[in-house]
Amino acid sequence: MTRITVTVDGVKYTDDVEPRTLLVHYLRQNLGKTGTLVGCDTSNCGACTVHLDGHSVKSCNMLAVQADGHEVTTIEGLASDGQLHPMQLAFNDCHALQCGYCTPGMIMQACDLLKDNPDPSEQEIREGLEGNLCRCTGYHNIVRAVQEAAVTMREGGATTDSTAPAQAVTA
Amino acid sequence: MTITENQAPAHEIGRARRRKEDARLITGRSRYTDSITLPGMLHLAMVRSPFAHATIRSISTEAAKAAPGVVSVVTGADIADIQGVNINAWPITTDQVTPTHLPVAIEHVAFAGEIVAVVVARSEAEARDAVELVDVDYDELPVVLDAREALKDEVLAHPDLGTNKSAFWQLDSAAQGSGGDVDEAIEKARTDGILIEREYRQQRLVPGFMEPRSVVVDPTGDQLTVWSATQVPHILRFAIAATMGIPESKLRVIAPDVGGGFGGKLQTTPEEFATIALARRLGKPCKFTETRSEAFVTGHHGRDQYQKLTMAATTDGMITGFKVELIADLGAYVAIVGGGVPVLGAWMFNGIYKIPAYQFNCTTVLTNKPWVDAYRGAGRPEAAFGIERMMDELAGEVGADPLEIREKNWIKHEEFPFTTVSGMTYDSGNYEAATARAKELFDYDGLRREQAERRERNDPVQLGIGVSTFTEMCGLAPSRILGSLNYGAGGWEHASVRMLATGTVEVVTGISPHGQGHVTGFSQIVADRLGVPFEDVEILHGDTAIAPKGMDTYGSRSLVVGGEAVVRAADKVIEKAKVIAAHLLEASADDIEFSGGRFGVKGTDKGLGIAEIAAATFTGHNLPDGIEPSLDADATFDPVNFSFPHGTHLCAMEVDTETGAATMRKYACVDDVGVIINPLLVEGQVHGGLVQGIAQALWEGAVYDENGTLVTGSFVDYTLPSAADTISFITDTTVSPSTTNSLGTKGVGEAGTIASTPAVVNAIVDALRPMGIHDIEMPCTPERVWRAIQGASSRSVDETQRDAAPHFEADQPNQDPSATTGGAK
Amino acid sequence: MIPASFDYLAPTSLTDALAALAELAEHGDDAKVLAGGQSLLPILRMRLNAPGVVIDLGKIPELQGISADGDTIVIGAMTPYAAVLASEAVSTHAALLSKAVATVADPQIRHRGTVGGALVHADPAGDVGAPVLALDAELVIAEQAGTTRTVAAADFFEDLFTTAVGEDELLTQIRIPKHTGWGAHYEKFVRVSHQWSIVAVAATVRAEGGSIAEARVGLTNMGSTPLRANAVEQALVGQPATEEAVRAACAQAADGTNPPSDLNGGADYRKHLATVLTRRAVLAAAGA
Repeated sequence: MTRITVTVDGVKYTDDVEPRTLLVHYLRQNLGKTGTLVGCDTSNCGACTVHLDGHSVKSCNMLAVQADGHEVTTIEGLASDGQLHPMQLAFNDCHALQCGYCTPGMIMQACDLLKDNPDPSEQEIREGLEGNLCRCTGYHNIVRAVQEAAVTMREGGATTDSTAPAQAVTA
Repeated sequence: MTITENQAPAHEIGRARRRKEDARLITGRSRYTDSITLPGMLHLAMVRSPFAHATIRSISTEAAKAAPGVVSVVTGADIADIQGVNINAWPITTDQVTPTHLPVAIEHVAFAGEIVAVVVARSEAEARDAVELVDVDYDELPVVLDAREALKDEVLAHPDLGTNKSAFWQLDSAAQGSGGDVDEAIEKARTDGILIEREYRQQRLVPGFMEPRSVVVDPTGDQLTVWSATQVPHILRFAIAATMGIPESKLRVIAPDVGGGFGGKLQTTPEEFATIALARRLGKPCKFTETRSEAFVTGHHGRDQYQKLTMAATTDGMITGFKVELIADLGAYVAIVGGGVPVLGAWMFNGIYKIPAYQFNCTTVLTNKPWVDAYRGAGRPEAAFGIERMMDELAGEVGADPLEIREKNWIKHEEFPFTTVSGMTYDSGNYEAATARAKELFDYDGLRREQAERRERNDPVQLGIGVSTFTEMCGLAPSRILGSLNYGAGGWEHASVRMLATGTVEVVTGISPHGQGHVTGFSQIVADRLGVPFEDVEILHGDTAIAPKGMDTYGSRSLVVGGEAVVRAADKVIEKAKVIAAHLLEASADDIEFSGGRFGVKGTDKGLGIAEIAAATFTGHNLPDGIEPSLDADATFDPVNFSFPHGTHLCAMEVDTETGAATMRKYACVDDVGVIINPLLVEGQVHGGLVQGIAQALWEGAVYDENGTLVTGSFVDYTLPSAADTISFITDTTVSPSTTNSLGTKGVGEAGTIASTPAVVNAIVDALRPMGIHDIEMPCTPERVWRAIQGASSRSVDETQRDAAPHFEADQPNQDPSATTGGAK
Repeated sequence: MIPASFDYLAPTSLTDALAALAELAEHGDDAKVLAGGQSLLPILRMRLNAPGVVIDLGKIPELQGISADGDTIVIGAMTPYAAVLASEAVSTHAALLSKAVATVADPQIRHRGTVGGALVHADPAGDVGAPVLALDAELVIAEQAGTTRTVAAADFFEDLFTTAVGEDELLTQIRIPKHTGWGAHYEKFVRVSHQWSIVAVAATVRAEGGSIAEARVGLTNMGSTPLRANAVEQALVGQPATEEAVRAACAQAADGTNPPSDLNGGADYRKHLATVLTRRAVLAAAGA
C-alpha cells in the first residue's frame, strides 16, 4: 500500500492504495465518484477523462499513485455554486448525448479544448475530441454543443437560449 | 389538500423538447450497472478458452482457490445443474441444427473466449489475479472459420452435430403467389435483357456500445434481483425462469442506465447466467463486469454474410427479377434471434421497387467464431445494401443516372398501399418527395458537374456520388406473423398510465430505453393526450417490478409499438375520467367533451380539469355507483402490420487515387419516418445511425487469424471513427404518416445505419467506375481502393494472413515475455 | 482490467532513480520504468507485462523542461508532449518535432505522454522517432550516477521496441541542433485519426530562393526502427520546390526500407505510400 493525498473536486483525500490501482478505480471505488466511467482497456475511448491540475487526462491510463499531490476534477465537480457549466448546458441544449456513457469524458475534454482555444473552428473541435469515442450521436451534435458553449463562454457565461436548457436540466 | 390547476400545454408532439434524461447524465449522477455496489458483494472473473476449438481435458483450480481473497472457483461441471442454458428463441426451421450453448462450457469449446471456469473473489483485482492460476488442459481441434468453407463440412465446428449447416430458409414469390418465377425472368434476361450477377461481402461487425456489459445479482431478498446492462430485462427474466429453474415470480430484473446497445445488448448472456448461478450458490451479491477486450471476443457480433445477387432487367433498365442467395455465419452458437436476423432480409431485398419475380434463399452456418445476432438494422442493412448496390450496378450497365433508374422502378406515391413481391404491404411513403428534397439539399446537379470536370482533367482526387433510396421494416412485430415464423414470443407492447392524486402522471412502459430519449418523447405524447404539462409526466421503465410486462427495445419498435400502447392506455384513462366528470358535472357522459386536459359539458362553460377528476377519484367521496376509485389504465398493443420508413440518402466521396484514401465530402439525407414526436430526437437517431453505417463502409470489420483468434480485438485495431473522422450532415424529413398506428409514426432507430452503408460504397465505386471498377469490398480501406485502382482485385489481400501491429503485445523485446494472458497452457 | 500487483518506487532525483535501477538489476528483479505511462499502462492493464517493481520518474524535476544551449534545443526526457507543443523554442528551432508531436494520439495522451518515454518505448509506428532522427538529434543516456553518454539518433534505435538505453540506464535529454528557418511538415497516414501511423513522413527543408538547399527526411513505420531517407535528401538538394522535381526526387523514398505487413497495409502498399507521402511532406515543408 502507498499513501497518497489527492484533491478531488475540491476535497482533499488521503488514502492508502495498492500501487496498481488505476486513478479511475480510485475515483469510482474509493471515493464513490461513479460519474467517471470506464469504456476500454487501451486508452482509446476517453470515457474516463478527468482534469489533472487543470489538464485533461485519461484516468484509466494512469495510476492513482501518480496523482499523489495533484488536483483532480471530475464531471461531478464541474458545476459550481449549483450552476451547471456552460458545456453541460450546451450538451443538453444541442442533444449532444444519448446513452450518456461517453458524456462525462466528452464534456471534460470539450472544456479542456476550449481552455486552449476559446474560438475553435469545426475542424479544431473535431480534432480536439479525437481521443473520445461516442457510438450514439455520430458526433454531429457534440460538435454543435462545443460551438454553442464556446460562444456562451466567450460572452461571459450566459446561455444563448436561456430558457430551454435551464428548464430541462432542472427536470 | 392543494390541487394545482394544470395549464393546458401548447401542442407537445412535434416540439424539439430538450431531454429530461440529460440532467443526471451531464452531471455524473448516472447509475450504470458497474456503478452499483452492494454490501458484501463478491466479484467474478472468467477463465476463457484461448482456443477457438478444443476439448477440455482437465481443469485444475487448486492454486486459484488458494489465492488471496478467492471465495470460490468453479468449472462448468461444478455448476452443471444450476447454470441454465443460453436459448435460441427463433429456430427458423423445424429441423434447424442448434448446438447446446452452456454458459460455462463443460467438455467442448467452440470459439475463443468461451468461459471454462469462474473465479469469485472479494475484489475484482483478486478475481483477475486468480484467473491466471487456473490451469486448463485442452486438446486443440481443427477450426472452421469461413462460412463458405464451413458448408463443405470438411472441418466441423461441432463434431457431434455432423454438419455445420444450421438451416435453409426460402421465400419464393411464385410459390407463395406474390409474384412470378425468378428463374424464368433470369433466363429471359440472359437472352434479350440485362443480367447482373454480383457477390458482396457483409463483413462481421462488433456492436461497440460504449458501456461494457455488466451484471449484478442480489440473492438475499425474496426475489432474486438482477441488474444488467441489457436492452431486454423482460426477455432476460423469461430466459432465466425458463432455463434456471427459478419461478418467474421470484425474479426481478432491472436495466438501470444502459450505455448503448445497438442490438448488442439484446442477448441473454453466459456471463449473466454464470453470475446468477454463483450468487445463488454462495448466497452473496455478485458482480461481473467485462473488460473491453472481453466484450470484443464474447459479445455477439453482427452481419457476416456472403451475398450472391442476380438481377434481371430489360435493356432500358426495368427490373424483371431478383434472386438472393445468402450464406449467413451464425458463429459457434445460434444466438437468441441469431438465425432469424438474416431471414428478416427476405422482405427487404426488394427494397422500394416493383419487382415482378423474386426469390430469397438463406443458408445459416456454424463456425468457430463468436455468435452473431442483431446489430443495428439486423438483416435490413444487409438487404438494403444488396438492392441499393445492385441498383447502381444496373444504372452503370444501362448508362443511366442512378436516380433515374430508381425512379423508373420504384413504387409511385399514389400506388400506396402497395403489396410487394415478397408479400409485405407498404402502407405509406413518398419516394419522389424525399428524393426531390435530398437532391436539392445535396446540390446533386452541381456535384455531378464537378465530378465530370474532375474526370475531364484527370484529377488525382476523383469525386463519386452515391445514392441510397432505402426502406426498412420497423415496429417488431405483429405476434401472428412472428408465430407463423416460429418465433418464440409475441411482438406486442404494454403500458400503464397512472393518474396520481395531485394531478401528475406516471407512465409505465415495457420498452427499455438505453439512450434513445423515450422518456422525453413519451412524455410529449402523454402530455398532449391527457392535456397535462410535459414536466408532470414521469416515464417508468426497465424494472420488472415496476414495469412487469414488456417486450423491450430493439428493431425500432419502441415508439411504433410501445408508444401506441401508451396512447391506448391514456385513452382508457380519459374514458374512465369522462364517466366521473359527467357525474360531478351532473351531465350525461355523452355530453362531455375532452380537450386540452379539460372535461367540458357541450354547449356550456362548465367543466373540470383532469387533475380535479384525479383528486376526486383519489378521495372517492363522490363517485357514480359501481365505478371503481381509479383512473389508472393498462393497454397491451399488438400491431397488425410493420411500418416502413424510407429515405433518400446522397453521399459524395473524394477518392485520392494516389493513396486510395476515401474521404467524405458531403452527406445529405431526407428520411420519412412518419409523424415526428420530437425532431431533436429524430435528428440524433439519424446522425448516430449514419455514422454506424458509414463506419461499416469505411472502417470497421472483425478480422480473425487462421487459428480463430480475433485480430481486431480492441479499439486499437477495430477502428471506430472519432469526431475527427466524420463530418456534419445535412438532414431533413418528409412526412407520410403510417396508417398502422394512431400516432402515424414509423420508427427511426435504425434508418441511418441501414441507408448510409450502400450510399458510401456506391459513392466510392461511382468515383472509380470509369476505371472499370465495380466493387470494393467493405470496409473500403485505402489499401483496397488502391489495389483496385492498380488493377488487382480488392479481394486479393488475404487478411487472415496478417496480424495486428504489435503496439500492445506480450512477446516484444521491450515487453514482458513471461506475462500470460489467462489461465491457458 | 487491473494490472498485476507490483511494488512502486517514486525517486525524486536522477541519482536515486539510477541507484534503484542498479539495485533491482543486481537482485534480478524485473523492474519497469514508468515515464508518461501512456503505452505502459495499457500493457500493464491487459497483463501483457507484469513487472515486480515500477519506477515512476514523474517526481524527478531535473528530467523535465525545455531549454536552449547555444545552437541546441534541450528537451528533458520527461517533458510531456503538450509542453513540447506549447514551446516556442521548439516550434521556432525544431518545427518538425512540433508538427509531429501535434499528431501523436489525442490531447489527453499528449498531456501525460513524454517525448523520452516514447523514444525509449520505440514503437516503430510512434511519431517522435522519425523527426528526432531527421533533425540529427543526440540522446543523452545516464549510465549510473554522474556518468552519461551521448548517442546520435542514428545509433539510438536498434530494433523493434529496442534502443541503446540499457536495462539499468535512463534517457535524460534529447538534444536537437537548431534548424531555425527550416520549413517542416509531418505527413501522417491513418485510417482513423486516433490510430498509430500506418506510414508517416517527417520532412524539414531549408529553402533558398525557391529551391531546396537542404532537406532532412525521416520515415515512420517503414521498418523496425525510424528510418532516414538519405537518397531522397541528397536528390532534393538544389531542386526547385515544384511538384515535378520533388516527385522525381522522392520516387526512391522507400528504397532500402523493410516495412511491416499488418492489418493496416501490406509492405508493398506501405512502400508506395512512402513515396507519395514523402513528396507531399517535402512540398509542404518547402511551402510549395
